[in-house]
Amino acid sequence: MKNYKIIVIGAGPAGLAAALQASKDGIDDILVLERDKYMGGILPQCIHNGFGLEYFDQELTGPEYADKFIKDIDKNNIKVLTETMVLNINQDKIITALNKSNGVLKMKANTIILAMGCRERTRENIQIPGDRPAGILSAGTAQRYTNIEGFIPGKEVIILGSGDIGLIMARRMKLEGANVKAVLEIMPFSSGLVRNKVQCLDDFDIPLKLKHTITRIEGKKRLKRVEISKVDKDFNLVEGTQKWIDCDTLLLSVGLIPENELSKAMNLKLHPVTGGVYVNENRETELKGVYACGNVLHVHDLVDWVSEEAEIAGRSAAEYLNGNQEKRNQPIKITPEKNVTYTVPQKIEYKFKDKKFIKIFLRVEKPMENVKIVFSHNEKSILSYDKKIVMPGEMVTVNLPAALIKNDMEEIKLSIVEKVGEKNGRT
Amino acid sequence: MRIIIIGAGVIGTAIARELSRYETDVVLLEKTADVANGTSKANSGIIHAGYNADFNTLKGKLNVKSNPVFDKLCADLKVPFKRIGSFVVGFNEQDLKELKKKKENGEKNGLNNLEIIGRKQLISQEPNINKNAKYALYAPEAAIISPYELTIAYADNAVINGAQVVLNTEVYDLYFEDGKISGVKTNQGEIKADLVINAAGLYSDKIAGMANDEFKINPRKGEYHLFDKEYGDIVNHILFPMPAKNSKGILVLPTVHGNILIGPNAYDTNDKDELSTTNKGLDEILKGARRLIPEIPEKGIITSFSGLRAALDSGDFHIDFSKNKGGLINIIGIQSPGLSSTPAISEMVVQMVKDYSNSEKYNLKLKKDFKQENPKLPHYYEYEEKEKVDEWQKIVKENEDYGEIICRCEHVSRGEIIDAINSPVPAQTIDGIKRRTRASSGRCQAGFCGPRLLKILSDQLDIDPLQVSKKGSGSQILKARSKQLILEKTKQDKKAGDQ
Repeated sequence: MKNYKIIVIGAGPAGLAAALQASKDGIDDILVLERDKYMGGILPQCIHNGFGLEYFDQELTGPEYADKFIKDIDKNNIKVLTETMVLNINQDKIITALNKSNGVLKMKANTIILAMGCRERTRENIQIPGDRPAGILSAGTAQRYTNIEGFIPGKEVIILGSGDIGLIMARRMKLEGANVKAVLEIMPFSSGLVRNKVQCLDDFDIPLKLKHTITRIEGKKRLKRVEISKVDKDFNLVEGTQKWIDCDTLLLSVGLIPENELSKAMNLKLHPVTGGVYVNENRETELKGVYACGNVLHVHDLVDWVSEEAEIAGRSAAEYLNGNQEKRNQPIKITPEKNVTYTVPQKIEYKFKDKKFIKIFLRVEKPMENVKIVFSHNEKSILSYDKKIVMPGEMVTVNLPAALIKNDMEEIKLSIVEKVGEKNGRT
Repeated sequence: MRIIIIGAGVIGTAIARELSRYETDVVLLEKTADVANGTSKANSGIIHAGYNADFNTLKGKLNVKSNPVFDKLCADLKVPFKRIGSFVVGFNEQDLKELKKKKENGEKNGLNNLEIIGRKQLISQEPNINKNAKYALYAPEAAIISPYELTIAYADNAVINGAQVVLNTEVYDLYFEDGKISGVKTNQGEIKADLVINAAGLYSDKIAGMANDEFKINPRKGEYHLFDKEYGDIVNHILFPMPAKNSKGILVLPTVHGNILIGPNAYDTNDKDELSTTNKGLDEILKGARRLIPEIPEKGIITSFSGLRAALDSGDFHIDFSKNKGGLINIIGIQSPGLSSTPAISEMVVQMVKDYSNSEKYNLKLKKDFKQENPKLPHYYEYEEKEKVDEWQKIVKENEDYGEIICRCEHVSRGEIIDAINSPVPAQTIDGIKRRTRASSGRCQAGFCGPRLLKILSDQLDIDPLQVSKKGSGSQILKARSKQLILEKTKQDKKAGDQ
């Protein structure tokens, strides 16, 4: 059985950045497995701009962003097998994959980096009742049809969910000449990036109906119309607000699910909020030498942060292979509290060595303005950052300086609180 | 002698297959784009043991007679089938009485291995069962099957043996000469026939009406929910509650492919196309299923669907010659246990065909070269289940298409999809591929493989991608080519400007 020092599962932005980083850190025996025909994951179909502002400090389209990594992968002679589907991974880090030219491939890896990305939630996941006609598809699938295959999936379009893909596709369908009748959002706020709401809906006069959802689907063969309803703050339908809208297409942008079937095959437990595995600050999973990064770990809003996170995983895998890691006496748990739904990582397990800080990704439950992000230990604040606004649709990143971490710590709590006094000052 | 069968559900296809044993011209007409497109695709997928129905009823007799036949039938036709047994679950002494009655009835029907078990044994067999469950009637002969795969396999085997399956062909009328059938009128023209078998399911009353035979099918809708394979081990057997008035109640059972199915409820409807699902139905079914397995998770649902039972008021099957015209056999009111009874129903109908043909001086002779078995096509998931993935290597070496996975959730390869498109009754729609290969039936519901399936269908069938449909004409997936709408609009605007 062929052995590799690192096998990366997935050649999307996470997999590519992780492989590149490990290669830069001196690991020469890396294999990337990719199920699609080409590298880049979802980026090649994201032909809009807005990528790279954080990571490259320039605005790129999805294909351009991917291309920068793909060129480096080629330059560094990293081996990539495309059109190769990984079917199983076991706890001994033996990978079973399948492709046309090799058939069934069995490989062993010293370290594995999980970078499988995520999939879109479906109509069934959110249980919209009614008929089952053609014309209901996820926004990402519609994006593939439109931008890769060269076909338009609908003419009279309703979009459910104001996540970024929904917003981007509203504009994209409009540009293709479709009539985009409305974007519906069950929450009282858009769940996508603010800039996407402005540039994709407002600039194109596409109405955003907040606190609305779809309650019925009608059409025997092709979608004919949908019933929309208003919801109250507990998401119960407001009687009497039901309204039918004619349309031939319903695009769903109702959330993403990290694609962790292979992680489950390795018996890794999934976090109930992120849907990803549990990791320490190195993005190492509960299984030693197995790392996870990108949307398979938790869904990111910006690919730039995926790249950054993947580099952490790639660097850590290299350190592990080079024997350059030392565990702390005890791990430090990072616990989300007030208005924080989750953090990545969930714990700190290694000594910092030359690391100056660790970056914590977190998401909030509800929008808040003029807040403090507070790290506390033993009920005492050890650090806080001011922030003007936090929203569920925008991931927050904060740095935890190494200097603040003490050896005897067991738990650090993270919470978001209103800045005292500010609220009155504003009125 | 030409025999026309109307309706390619499980009954029509089973009869077509049985008749294809004989030297005769069998034509199966189906109004939709595929076989198994009505009630046969949306039911519980159970082969009942046969303790429910009274043996004095036709359905009781046919069910009991059919049950033992399925092992060989499914092995021949390569249909997934598992004899996993069933429990009817009781909660109190009153239920126990009912269970005893059922057992007695089953024994009258000739089932001698029914058993009433207590709580301890039930929990050891079904660890997730409601802790208040006290008794259960155990029927080891109950089994699960994929009902649409059975239907497709019957149809494939019939075609292999010379029958014709004609899709997208709706019968508008029957015509007669001297009081005997002489043909059918369809949207594709007239087709002559010496004998017509009405297996039109929900519409069998309408077809019978064309010969002035009066029947009334009362469609009764049942909704179902299917769970991710992740929850596949939550039950091991078919679990029935104590039966309700109009149905066997809301069940929980594993499917042959390792999902969990819950449902159905039962509502009368007048609309034979009414297959929608409802919020009320979902709540009702979850509640019902949780009475058996309290931990059924709502979030694991990957698809929901409805089926219609083609019920007659009598509650029994009606299988007989037309009272008014010669050469017409009506098969009406085939609701549960219809699927369980297909072998005996088709045998009975073939006997009727033989009797009729003898009386009409046609001599039905058995074919010498009848092919009992369908070819075994490779399916990756079977190798995976049996942990024999290494053996798939040989298949890929012979044809590299089996090395490219198209459906990531169910692990279906391009080769399997191409096989389905080239099968005796070819898959010509996305749903057709789904039912033959499982591609797009998994947790992402075609999010990933949808565009890929569409491309394979358009390439293989040599049709425009815009023509590829979910389930036949009118359900096309795509609306236009890239830039087409913009160009049309520009042209219109220009025209308006010119005027």
